Amino acid sequence: MRIDEHPILGKFEKERKVQFTFDGQPMEGYEGEPIAVALRSHGVMVHRYTTKRNDPRGVFCAIGRCTDCIMVVDGVPNVRTCVEPLREGMVVQTQVGKGPEKTSE
Amino acid sequence: MQRCEMVSVGAGPAGLAAAIEAARSGVQVVVYDENDRPGGQLFKQIHKFFGSKEHRAQERGFDIGRQLLEEARQLGVEVSLNSVVLGIYENRAMNVMIRDRIEQVKAQKILVATGASENMIPFAGWTLPGVIGAGAAQTLANIHGIRPGNRLLMVGSGNVGLVVAYQMLQAGCRVAAVIDAAPKIGGYGVHAAKVARYGVPFLMSHTVKEAHGMDRVQGATIIQVDEKWKAISGTEKEMDVDTICLAVGLNPMTQLLQMSGCKMVYVPNLGGRVPAHDLNQETTLPGIYVAGDVSGIEEASTAIIEGRIAGLSIAQSLGYLEEQAFLEQREQQLQSMRGLRSGSHGEARGKAKDYLNAVMKG
Amino acid sequence: MSQGLSVTGYLSEEEIKNSPGIPSESRRQKGPVAVIECIQDIPCNPCEASCRAGAITVGEDITNLPSLDEEKCVGCQTCVPICPGQAIFMVDESLPNGRATVMMPYEFLPLPDEGEIVTALDRSGKKLGDAKVTSVRKTERMDETAVVTIEIPKEWSMRARAFRLKR
Repeated sequence: MRIDEHPILGKFEKERKVQFTFDGQPMEGYEGEPIAVALRSHGVMVHRYTTKRNDPRGVFCAIGRCTDCIMVVDGVPNVRTCVEPLREGMVVQTQVGKGPEKTSE
Repeated sequence: MQRCEMVSVGAGPAGLAAAIEAARSGVQVVVYDENDRPGGQLFKQIHKFFGSKEHRAQERGFDIGRQLLEEARQLGVEVSLNSVVLGIYENRAMNVMIRDRIEQVKAQKILVATGASENMIPFAGWTLPGVIGAGAAQTLANIHGIRPGNRLLMVGSGNVGLVVAYQMLQAGCRVAAVIDAAPKIGGYGVHAAKVARYGVPFLMSHTVKEAHGMDRVQGATIIQVDEKWKAISGTEKEMDVDTICLAVGLNPMTQLLQMSGCKMVYVPNLGGRVPAHDLNQETTLPGIYVAGDVSGIEEASTAIIEGRIAGLSIAQSLGYLEEQAFLEQREQQLQSMRGLRSGSHGEARGKAKDYLNAVMKG
Repeated sequence: MSQGLSVTGYLSEEEIKNSPGIPSESRRQKGPVAVIECIQDIPCNPCEASCRAGAITVGEDITNLPSLDEEKCVGCQTCVPICPGQAIFMVDESLPNGRATVMMPYEFLPLPDEGEIVTALDRSGKKLGDAKVTSVRKTERMDETAVVTIEIPKEWSMRARAFRLKR
């Protein structure tokens, strides 16, 4: 799915490759690119399931406005993966409904 | 409380052009943009612009974006990213959320250049992953270097739909069809021709009935509509696609303006509710200006010109630019604008803008 | 009413015939000449500005359609990559043995190789048949728009407007 060389834009500048996990599965992406892009490059399209109807949702607007792409990242729910930059070692999980309950410290 | 001479809300072509023009005359400008990169939609535009040399014809959107940014930087314009202007209050006070903190800002002049957001048309299955906005297709392909999908259905034949369909071909996707509920293609013929010659069919008077798939788009049903845009049963066609792209119009993002209380007018062929403004791009609220798509859906070239006019007029009203010089330069820009608002595509927009100016007076 | 550009996305025979940018058959047979397929009044004039032979006229009102003075056109190719709408081609029907060439703008990867056989397409993307790539040019001045020339049977000279790689 990644574009190797674009006829107008040439090669896309990316930072170094980093490892992360998606629902426990090890995956690879480029540091700093949106988590959603790294997921899509592995064919992952479902980011969450809605609370009431358990409908699958994923990227819609790709600019951080619609919140359809939210996931649990490093234990924190409602992270907009289309704008959140990927970092080494991130733990990305499919969000089910509202995600994990906030636990008191 | 931070005090500025001029604040541009939005670092797209209109906001940057205004900042540049004002800064050239010596105005101190701060530009706030909610995104983590400036340029608005410009950096996604990889096609050559139309117009004449002064309209930056032949230049690609992203090249123009780079130049505007460089110019702004050189003139000492402060561009603050990840900065959301939460509201415009009395006497041009603003709350700006910069990452996690809130800053109170007071500006002598505010330019609202927040652009537009995409419309959507809901249909059965539209929430499936794989249904995306046209802007999203551009962002994924041209900013992040990833194809949105492999086989795409484009819904909407305005310039956005046509241009993005071509960009999807360039990204290596296959475009199954461009459909539109209207009987005629909405955008420029040449944009359509670039896509048609590679075998992409245009199906006018068609709309999406349903998107199918288990947990992502695996197909779509389209259906013909009559002249009242009502679906004609029995005309369903199945499309083998994994991505459905919605390019069904843009809507000016006028929340800040509506909140500020300036006069708004409903003008359908400018995209919806837009702020009334005069030839200086000033609204009914003194000191609050507008430019670009937020004041009516047009093009990047008109956004740049409106931005320049707003910048010039802000500079003049702050005392940095002499009246005579201001009027001369404004006239130059207005002339340039008239060229773009002509012809069968541009005329209607020109008339709508004249109407907005006229509303100011009454 | 025949289906035209604004319904199908491609020009009809009628629209082409009525366009002021189309050179006559006799001129096409004399040597390479521009073919400007621009029929809508969009404000735009880089074609006029780029033509050093003064063969293209748009005029002061930049919504005017570009008209071609076929006698002035020297077939220099400058306008082909310039048109932002990719609506300008160059046709040469002066080749022997019933052949002709069409030069077109091309903004895709991979670029074909000179000598490669590709499939010529008409304006609607319909397959015409095999064509041979005779030239591929991409210079900095063209700003990422390559120009590719294909050699085809003369009968396709006013129909072939795109191509698909076989590989």
